[in-house]
Amino acid sequence: MKHEILKVLGLRALNGGVYELSLSGASKMRAGQFVELAVPGFFLRRPISVADLEDGVLTLLVKEVGEGTKKLRESVKGESVDALTCLGNGFDLSSSSPLLVGGGIGCAPLFKLAKEFAAKGIRPRAVLGFRNAEEAYYLDEFARYCDVTVATDDGSLGIKGNAVSAARDIPHDRFYACGPAVMLRAARVLGEGQISLEARMGCGFGACMGCSIKTTSGYARVCKEGPVFEAAEVIW
Amino acid sequence: MVTDVRVSFLGHEMKNPVVPASGTFGFGWEFAEYYDINVLGSMSLKGTTAEARYGNPLPRIAECTAGLINAIGLQNPGVRVVIDEEIPRLDRVYEDKVIANVGGHSVEEYVSTVAAFNDCDKVFAVELNISCPNVKGGGMAFGTDAETAKNLVYEVKKHAKKPLIVKLSPNVTSIADMARAVCDGGADAVSLINTLVGMRIDLRMRRPIISVRTGGFSGPAVFPVAVRMVSDVARAVDVPVMGIGGVSSARDVIEMMMAGASAVQVGAANLVDPFACKRIVETLPEVMSELGIKSLREIVGVANAV
Repeated sequence: MKHEILKVLGLRALNGGVYELSLSGASKMRAGQFVELAVPGFFLRRPISVADLEDGVLTLLVKEVGEGTKKLRESVKGESVDALTCLGNGFDLSSSSPLLVGGGIGCAPLFKLAKEFAAKGIRPRAVLGFRNAEEAYYLDEFARYCDVTVATDDGSLGIKGNAVSAARDIPHDRFYACGPAVMLRAARVLGEGQISLEARMGCGFGACMGCSIKTTSGYARVCKEGPVFEAAEVIW
Repeated sequence: MVTDVRVSFLGHEMKNPVVPASGTFGFGWEFAEYYDINVLGSMSLKGTTAEARYGNPLPRIAECTAGLINAIGLQNPGVRVVIDEEIPRLDRVYEDKVIANVGGHSVEEYVSTVAAFNDCDKVFAVELNISCPNVKGGGMAFGTDAETAKNLVYEVKKHAKKPLIVKLSPNVTSIADMARAVCDGGADAVSLINTLVGMRIDLRMRRPIISVRTGGFSGPAVFPVAVRMVSDVARAVDVPVMGIGGVSSARDVIEMMMAGASAVQVGAANLVDPFACKRIVETLPEVMSELGIKSLREIVGVANAV
């Protein structure tokens, strides 16, 4: 964990209530790690996964889900953001034939993961699931590094159905999933892999036990031992 | 101006009055990764029970204006692991003695867990948590009835070798009466306040955010309530008082001490700023100079003369 003051470089609206927030001044982080941003007027920080970090530019993909993420959207270029960075563990990159499975805003950390695989000379396959065509975002960006399959609940884009069922027939040796709990729970049918969990957190760095889950090796904090866990280890 | 930030609590000399509150600082050692935790006056360890506990289902956290609600439910690895593993790890990175915090569901559990710390040299006092709002059939049930609280303290005291600090609940009509009751039972000191029972509702889902409906509210929002209660208690009993509740700055520490606290715990502030305690310790001398305070010992309870 590091305490860093970041500077807002820009903010861009994407589909589905998602916005892309670019910041400078962040230390190096791995795919799957997250930051906690202080939002003026709100007591708790907001945990947000790292979508990209290249050439000193940290990219966060944020979904407006409440008052805090709404306020954060008002960030303007040049503004300072008080952040805790380098939080959590991150994904492993042990796969030689990776399958990335994202649902909604859960696609965000998979983008950096895709780039990290690409840097190793591996082109992952990715299934990105959304509610409908209007909520799909970052498809072109993903397509630069992955072979992308899109799934939507209503069939308005790509395959009709959820991301996990769309992923079942895609060859892979290991999967990496992030999305709603119901999706991550179902993802075990894909075999061996890692899932990145989300939780309401108190601190984000292991102090309060606000986000503890049960795993096969005991209690684990989503913020500290996670947010990435081996799918088979999580006890739902 | 030369300022003296040292205080003593129950005869234990502390380099300053700043103590991370139980449940907001783990077992301490993990923070040594972020800064030299030897700047801290002491620390109150994560609430410990006889056996390991997972605690409540998620969500356990709900945000509030200037604070948060938590319903952890005393997650901890059990007293044996705390004494055999957590405290030795802390001992390698923190030189001073600490406060063990004990929770429970029955008189027997409180007694056995407190007694387990009898021979633990790292611990200078045990804080008895009779005010946790987040465990069923225990915790706060012991801390909201004067007679029950007094009897529990009396039983625990019979088997405890360490001084006992009883942590009081604000969820009572008269916290001064509760303080008198636990002192009658043999408490060596009191600490207050624990969290206020609160609740938030997820408007979209139309149900409580916290899985077990309610939780404990803390943070800067409760500070004025805590100062008032510390003052009430300091005026009511003669034992030392440790002030807790929404403390986030050196000025807050001084205010708590003027209300009657001999030492001060910092809780919720640690969760949003992992360096909060360090920052408070570092700014204390400056604020003391500004206020013309030479020694912190001389301000304890000064505001209670009125």
